[in-house]
Amino acid sequence: MYTTELDKTAGSAAAPAAVEDPALLAAFEARVANDEFIEPKDWMPEAYRRTLTRQISQHAHSEIVGMLPEGNWLTRAPSLKRKAILLAKIQDEGGHGLYLYCAAETLGTSREQMIEALHAGKAKYSTIFNYPTLNWADIGAIGWLVDGAAIMNQVPLQRTSYGPYARAMVRVCKEESFHQRQGYDLLLEMMKGTPEQRAMVQDAMNRWWWPSLMMFGPPDDNSPNSAQSIRWRIKRETNDELRQKFVDATVPQAELLGITVPDPDLQWNEERGHYDFGAIDWNEFYAVVRGEGPVARERMKARRAAWDEGAWVREAAAAWEARQAARRAAAA
Amino acid sequence: MSKDWPLWEVFVRARGGLEHRHAGSVHAPDAELALRHARDTYTRRMEGVSLWVVRSADIVASDPDQAGELFEPAASKVYRHPTFYDLPDAVKHM
Repeated sequence: MYTTELDKTAGSAAAPAAVEDPALLAAFEARVANDEFIEPKDWMPEAYRRTLTRQISQHAHSEIVGMLPEGNWLTRAPSLKRKAILLAKIQDEGGHGLYLYCAAETLGTSREQMIEALHAGKAKYSTIFNYPTLNWADIGAIGWLVDGAAIMNQVPLQRTSYGPYARAMVRVCKEESFHQRQGYDLLLEMMKGTPEQRAMVQDAMNRWWWPSLMMFGPPDDNSPNSAQSIRWRIKRETNDELRQKFVDATVPQAELLGITVPDPDLQWNEERGHYDFGAIDWNEFYAVVRGEGPVARERMKARRAAWDEGAWVREAAAAWEARQAARRAAAA
Repeated sequence: MSKDWPLWEVFVRARGGLEHRHAGSVHAPDAELALRHARDTYTRRMEGVSLWVVRSADIVASDPDQAGELFEPAASKVYRHPTFYDLPDAVKHM
């Protein structure tokens, strides 16, 4: 999974460079321009720290919330094989969340603070998870389209200028390919099934295609923080560039599956060497960003319940450690 | 609000004969759970045969702002490198 810069109130991130020490700032700018990695204890502008903390923590939250729609289907997987695969994928998503929280923590915000912000509804996560998973083909579509879009975005992030984020992305990318392939494999199998099963695949495609394109974030002409993020080498490619790459890569895969892309304007443009595609409904995107997605409330409720119901495990582990520490103290 | 568990740095030996390398970090209440969390987080795909965990608070690190001065002696002693010495061609394989 992945995230994009969603918080429009974050526009201030671009502004306060003026209060930084000009010599330090110039040295920092030169380092990132020279493709050097910035490490946790290095000097960095506050706006760089803030932007990264927000982006990495949103990315982490997306991994964690992303486990929820898939978890819903664990007990309804059609075979033991598919159940084992889905369980392994969900465990990976949890792992990706942990890599990312750790990377974000190196910037000076604790995991506890980030998780609290998520549970309080103050932190964003990818808009894609506020759509419902209605049939088993949705699990395949998430792997193929959602993780496919994530890969498009995460591959360039392996060279993002902040070292801990880049290293987390290297790990994530190694594991993400399995996620996309198992999803496509699941759909291929359903397409060999009954007409009803094939209809389920097409239905999943119809519902996930446009939200997947929205995952790349607002269009470049309405993405005010993009320029700064690209200058600081946080991002390497713009939202629209990545979106186009995704469309170009995915359309032939849909044809191979034998399903149609729900976009009457989609067509190959020989001159550009890319697919042209129809207009994205950005009103829908911004509504979902504002928390008006079809299952936004349900997701946060499930997330908070998972946290609260797991409290006894955390408390037991802490009590055990306290008792061990007391024993060590008594023995010393 | 509960207090989060302390942070541990995780080092993984990929296979026999290689050194342990830093992989990342985990939160855990004690060393034993830190090892288990490290196993689940960093070695799901045969990434390692051995794990070390150490409390992040116990790591002592050099100051990146002092890196220039700290590592300068290594840069200024060219005579430490074999290529500093110009030997006659007659001396082979040295």
